[in-house]
Amino acid sequence: MSKPLRILIAKPGLDGHDRGAKIIARALRDAGMEVIYTGLRQTPEMVVEAALQEDVDGVGLSILSGAHMTLVPRVIEGLRQAGLDHVKVFVGGIVPDEDVPALKELGVAGVFGPGTSIQTVTGFVRQQLAEV
Amino acid sequence: MEAASLLVTEALEGNRYALARLISLIEDDGADARASLAALYPHTGHAHIVGVTGAPGTGKSTLVNQLAKSLRAQDITVGVVAVDPTSPFSGGALLGDRLRMRDLAGDPGVFIRSMASRGSLGGLARATGDVVKVLDGVGFDVVLVETVGAGQAEVDIARTAHTTVVVEAPGLGDEVQALKAGLMEIADVLVVNKADRPGAANTARALEMVMDRSATQGGAGRDGWCPPILQAIALDGTGVPEVLDAVAAHREHLRATGLWAKRERMRVESELLNVLRQELLDRLLARVGQERIQAWIDRIAAREVDVYTATRSILDAD
Repeated sequence: MSKPLRILIAKPGLDGHDRGAKIIARALRDAGMEVIYTGLRQTPEMVVEAALQEDVDGVGLSILSGAHMTLVPRVIEGLRQAGLDHVKVFVGGIVPDEDVPALKELGVAGVFGPGTSIQTVTGFVRQQLAEV
Repeated sequence: MEAASLLVTEALEGNRYALARLISLIEDDGADARASLAALYPHTGHAHIVGVTGAPGTGKSTLVNQLAKSLRAQDITVGVVAVDPTSPFSGGALLGDRLRMRDLAGDPGVFIRSMASRGSLGGLARATGDVVKVLDGVGFDVVLVETVGAGQAEVDIARTAHTTVVVEAPGLGDEVQALKAGLMEIADVLVVNKADRPGAANTARALEMVMDRSATQGGAGRDGWCPPILQAIALDGTGVPEVLDAVAAHREHLRATGLWAKRERMRVESELLNVLRQELLDRLLARVGQERIQAWIDRIAAREVDVYTATRSILDAD
């Protein structure tokens, strides 16, 4: 049996709901991955710590608050400092198009906005992480 | 092999990422996993292993969060292994126990690891016992093991843990449920959680009655220990110190009566027999070969021979 991919789905910041994150978590589960779900209002430090303890292959950040340009760099920097450079980061939520190049520049592997199909996300995660 | 022994050394020195990598290695099995377990084994045997089990939604994760928090207040370090079920259809899993354990974030005296059951049916994953050994070996004082939401027969935890806490909640069934064999029998400490909900006192009374009955048959409960029945509200921590006291009292009881060593021996025995069984089967299958096994399967399915005769023929021919 091949080793299942382990993915952390996290919601950093002060969003009020996590429906989108739960749908993604469920979809990745159905795609045969082990999904660690940590719930609302995580600090970037908590996200990094969970990624480390759980030894995940990827981290999906769901951000609806508009604070992505603050939160994402802190998560990526934290992962780097913890020696987790190999962990792929992808972002979902409300991200204006003009911020996408900056996030990719930071090392984000993919950004998914409203209307993205489930298959797009699971296919992307599988393809990105298969390269590792 | 080189990498595995380096991981063990680093994990023993307190490197948390090495510890996480080591646990993955053991979950995924293989030669490296065996070698690192062998290197770690002499360091194990000092942790108090406490199982937390019960039906889905009774509050196991929330109780684990509170127990760990209280232990940390006493400067006791805590490793947590939380198991959730793997889908038999997709092979995927949603591991959601960390969600209830956010109070423990940022504390270097705590390490939490979520595990998917990966096809095991006894409430734990195949590798859970070995992961517990890793956390024990790197020096955590207490290892809390949370099982998958357990029904009635997922009792593997009793073989892994020194002390088993069974979590109940009001409204899950009458005392006939509690009379059934299985989960209730493995409880060293019983907790009626969500004690602020209606019916909690009734649930506690029903359990009390059932426990009394079993006590009248075998004296003061199993092994001279009468499992206390405690009420708690894990969400706000009410009753948690009492649960922790009961867990500590049980540990003292095990130590004082020599049961600690006896349980340890029983655990090792079942572990050894399990590993032997698996290894023997693997070796035999490798020697006999898939082709011959498949041929026997065809013959049994065609009613030419029965399964016991086939087994004897396979073993005798080898």
